[in-house]
Amino acid sequence: MTRIATRFAALATEGRPGLVTFITAGDPDGATSLAILKALPEAGADVIELGVPFTDPMADGPAIQAAGLRALRNGQTLARTLEMVRAFRAGDDATPIILMGYYNPIYIYGVERFLGDARAAGVDGLIVVDLPPEEDDELCLPALAAGLDFIRLATPTTDEKRLPAVLRHTAGFVYYVSITGITGSATPDATLVSQAVTRIKKHTDLPVAVGFGVRTPEQARAIAAGADAVVVGSALVEAVRTSLDAEGAATPQTTETVLSLVRDLSAAVRTVKRQSAA
Amino acid sequence: MNVLNSYRTGPDERGHFGIHGGRFVAETLMPNILALEEAYNAARVDPEFAREMDGYLAHYVGRPSALYYAERLTEHLGGAKIYLKREELNHTGSHKVNNVLGQILLARRMGKERIIAETGAGQHGVAAATLCARFGLKCIVYMGAVDVERQKPNVFRMNMLGAEVVPVQSGSRTLKDAMNEALRDWVTNVHDTFYCIGTVAGPHPYPAMVRDFQSIIGRETRAQLLEMEGRGPDSLIAAVGGGSNALGLFHEFLDDPEVEIFGVEAAGRGVSSGEHAASITGGRPGVLHGNRTYLLMDGDGQISEAHSISAGLDYPGIGPEHSYLHDVGRVTYLPCTDDEALEGFQLLAKLEGIIPALECAHAIGKVMEIAPGKPKDHIMVVSLSGRGDKDIFTVAEHLGGRL
Repeated sequence: MTRIATRFAALATEGRPGLVTFITAGDPDGATSLAILKALPEAGADVIELGVPFTDPMADGPAIQAAGLRALRNGQTLARTLEMVRAFRAGDDATPIILMGYYNPIYIYGVERFLGDARAAGVDGLIVVDLPPEEDDELCLPALAAGLDFIRLATPTTDEKRLPAVLRHTAGFVYYVSITGITGSATPDATLVSQAVTRIKKHTDLPVAVGFGVRTPEQARAIAAGADAVVVGSALVEAVRTSLDAEGAATPQTTETVLSLVRDLSAAVRTVKRQSAA
Repeated sequence: MNVLNSYRTGPDERGHFGIHGGRFVAETLMPNILALEEAYNAARVDPEFAREMDGYLAHYVGRPSALYYAERLTEHLGGAKIYLKREELNHTGSHKVNNVLGQILLARRMGKERIIAETGAGQHGVAAATLCARFGLKCIVYMGAVDVERQKPNVFRMNMLGAEVVPVQSGSRTLKDAMNEALRDWVTNVHDTFYCIGTVAGPHPYPAMVRDFQSIIGRETRAQLLEMEGRGPDSLIAAVGGGSNALGLFHEFLDDPEVEIFGVEAAGRGVSSGEHAASITGGRPGVLHGNRTYLLMDGDGQISEAHSISAGLDYPGIGPEHSYLHDVGRVTYLPCTDDEALEGFQLLAKLEGIIPALECAHAIGKVMEIAPGKPKDHIMVVSLSGRGDKDIFTVAEHLGGRL
């Protein structure tokens, strides 16, 4: 079993939803970012999404845009992001890591070379925002062939007619985007989200994680009640930002500011009991 | 190289021109993009849509635009006989209105009442604001904060026309960032919003649809030249940012092997300076804003900031069909620096009494280089895509004067 499948199976056995945490690789700098990454599982992250910085993140709100630019200014590259994953894996062989970003850096790195290096580094899955099913030949099918899960975003605009196409080559889990909008913008409606998850589950046996716009422990608990996992990103990236000094550099508080929020989110999510999480 | 039977068959059903094009967008937008494709495919074969287009093109836009023999420019350069296709005489002052009209009529058919657009120089924004005013639609124009500053007259025009101009503060604060912000708006307001893209770029079907709406430029040119000269052109030349005026002129003639075709990219302070917007000359294929095409970027695939004196060309990419036409060798893409464009700007004003937009001044800059080497019976058509009133502040600043 893959790390992702193993982790979701364990969550199902525990009878609780999971917490998926997103941080931007290299934000605000490589060393701080790695320190946060290594401490996430201990703080309660069940699955980690590691954002690959890109200059033009069309689906992201101001918080994640700014995080990417901070990382890029400090020299983050895709190669360094893979190096971070390798360093993380040296101490943790269980927590799934998913790279999330846009296609161009991967395309320029070279698809085959990227898939080989990502797998060797210990990456478990990919979320590439600008690769819909219509472009599956580009990366989705090669990734699946290379043994990496390709996690697709389903959205409120993905209707019944389109859902099968979206799910066809999805592996690992389905990421339901809880709002029509960019990351960290509107607040999702837990009831609508729960209905959408139920609808998606009629078409797939994969776990469904829900994200975009989930900021507080209370929201995380509400959303997690209707899903297999909840994703929190912008709020964590925002926690990085608020901890920086006037020059935008990390302070001694940066790591703890992020981890303390993760602990609160995790505690909230762990209060939810689920009959069947798979 | 293989000689193709036709250069005019693209894109394929998935929106590819060779390796370029495609539909690289977030899932949220895909249903909208597929609905747009369906609506466009229905409209393009609907005689009623064509009749409606033709009516507005004739009576509102003022087409056909003149094809003008630039006698003094021709004499001055001493070579090719130069014709100017006067797109700057259209209502709103540029070729942009041809495409916007098509998309707005389509938006009406689709029942969308909120129109968003990105703009660089403001020509597309003004055209969008104009037609939204005409049809009573809500119009929001995203414009880089740098461009808002350097194209103030167009910002004022858009405001007068009732559009909301949103200055974009992210990234390089120019056209690229305006497009990012427009895409973010579209993702957020996907149910009621029509994204009116201003050039032959973006996800399929935009590159093909915008090209089709602009192709009237080339069709008129053929007919007008036949009447004036009894034959077709020997060469065509147009400035290329995204490349809609260029493709509008070129597409009609792609399968006429005797017609030499030149696209002119903005080379800013020179391609070797690194401060330019020449995606084909100085870039390589990558994926941005919904399509694969030549882009300016670093070794990690991060998009570079473009530079051009012309806000309309200040973009690190180019339409995918241009990338394809470059790959197959049908069109020659030449770089033109800020300084060369400024020379073209002044020369056309002084010799012909026409102040060109800085965008098409790049084409004039290359005409000054190419035309003298051609025989006197060589007919060269230049796309004069926009008028330069909006650029007088920028030009004055660069020439050391003040208004």
